[in-house]
Amino acid sequence: MTDKQRAQLKDRIAVVAAWIAACIFFFPIFWMVLTSFKTEGQAIAVPPLLFFEPTLENYLEIQERTNYFKFAMNSIITAFGGTALALLIAIPSAYAMAFNSGRWTKDILMWMLSTKMLPAVGVMMPIYFLAQTFNLFDTKLLLIIIYAMMNLPIVMLILFNYFREIPKEILEASRMDGTSTFNEIRQIVMPLAWGGIASTALLSIILCWNEAFWSIVLTTTEASTLTAFVASFQAPEGLFWAKVSAVSTLAVAPIVVFGWMAQKQLVQGLTFGAVK
Amino acid sequence: MNPTLVKLLQAPSIFLLFLWMIVPLSMTVYFSTIRYNLLYPERTGFIGLDNYEFFWTDPSFFPALLNTLILVGSVLVITIVLGLGISLLIDRPFRGRGVARVMLISPFFIMPTVSALVWKNMMMDPNNGLFAALSNALGLQPIEWLAQLPLFSIILMVSWQWTPFAILIFMTSLQSQDQEQKEAATLDGAGFWAQFWNLTLPHLARPISIVLLIQMIFHLAIFAEIFVTTSGGPGVSSTNLTYLIYIQSQQAFDVGVASAGGVFAIILANIVAIFLIRAVGKTLTV
Repeated sequence: MTDKQRAQLKDRIAVVAAWIAACIFFFPIFWMVLTSFKTEGQAIAVPPLLFFEPTLENYLEIQERTNYFKFAMNSIITAFGGTALALLIAIPSAYAMAFNSGRWTKDILMWMLSTKMLPAVGVMMPIYFLAQTFNLFDTKLLLIIIYAMMNLPIVMLILFNYFREIPKEILEASRMDGTSTFNEIRQIVMPLAWGGIASTALLSIILCWNEAFWSIVLTTTEASTLTAFVASFQAPEGLFWAKVSAVSTLAVAPIVVFGWMAQKQLVQGLTFGAVK
Repeated sequence: MNPTLVKLLQAPSIFLLFLWMIVPLSMTVYFSTIRYNLLYPERTGFIGLDNYEFFWTDPSFFPALLNTLILVGSVLVITIVLGLGISLLIDRPFRGRGVARVMLISPFFIMPTVSALVWKNMMMDPNNGLFAALSNALGLQPIEWLAQLPLFSIILMVSWQWTPFAILIFMTSLQSQDQEQKEAATLDGAGFWAQFWNLTLPHLARPISIVLLIQMIFHLAIFAEIFVTTSGGPGVSSTNLTYLIYIQSQQAFDVGVASAGGVFAIILANIVAIFLIRAVGKTLTV
């Protein structure tokens, strides 16, 4: 075998190994989606069925049996609400920091990130009592506030990085023309940073959607999101696999697509900007 | 922009985050020093460090701490080794690479409760699960994963979710590696391993340390996977600190002890956080 042939062979083995890894990692998701198209009997068949006549019955029955749409709406409202609130607070702040950074800017940002590292379980009791005191327990508003505060540091950091990439000359030119700060944000910064803001929002929505500590601890029936709803299926072991799979598939599908779209922001956001 | 306006614009985020940090934090510290059990509301008063003593002399404390360390340690090793290997495999272009990448990172976007249910039922169920079918096909006795190997099962689930995270970060970081340098090394006759040790690994040193620290922060707080699958059992064999504190508050209704545990968890996370903040601080240009 020549060196070239050997190199080619190595390449080929690497490609095969990559596909094997991809199939192994994707398999549980594939299996979940597959199970959602089985009847309950087929879902627990021994040995497991790979080929069967698919049925849509589980998807059609979800609403009749469970109240799926209420929980899906709760997820949508809390994820989008929390994200909107975080953006509302973060955009002016990140803007001010990026274009007028001072001696303390870096320290402030670092401190903000450090609040993200406070373990939720460490402040569980106070949050629980505060929620009770203000009559917010098991409400969507409570989750919106918590999700906004939880994601605010990451949102701030990513927006800060985006705003810094806007050339200062453009702003200076507009200031010469006497544009007010409000108009400056609206007419110049927002259009330029629009892509950055959208993808930051996407990242925040993903993180809110998949949040599974506060939603389990702070909701019972009214404000439960999909993460808490899915957790409620833990009890009857082995029952309703097909239906649980259908619920799960619907619960993860939109966010997996969002995730594929927001890969870059995800890397930046989750590494606190350290890997770009 | 005038300086007052700059301060005014920054104020809300700083003020709100400060409240979000300081109010619950001081309440936790306060609760941890008083007698406070929802079942015995008549017992009150300052008791110093008694709650802490109660928390760490609890027979469940040491196993939970050990489980936490085993869980975090194993997941870190698995995700980083697999993440490195797989991201190197998909670094070179091949047909369908985009699809392979999407398949590899997808588990990271699955909500923890769904992934826990999928593993618990369809993979690990001792009667109807796929692993059982696999064991039967090989003529082996099916393993009752969650009963016999509870902690290992949790490690498996969490690694499945977080290896994609490592792949995602390493993959992104490999794209910024100097290709000319690698080509030059190839021409000089440097083999794969020589290139890996001398070029790739140094290039990935920072991403690796970041992945390590971030995963530590997240894995110290693992909750949903345990809540949905083993509920910390059998016994306390898959209870970590987070779950132990949760149990203290939800089943024993002991706010004081749960808060003492909370303070302990905060201190533990902060030890990691100091290193993480330093690593992140180096990359932030202001």
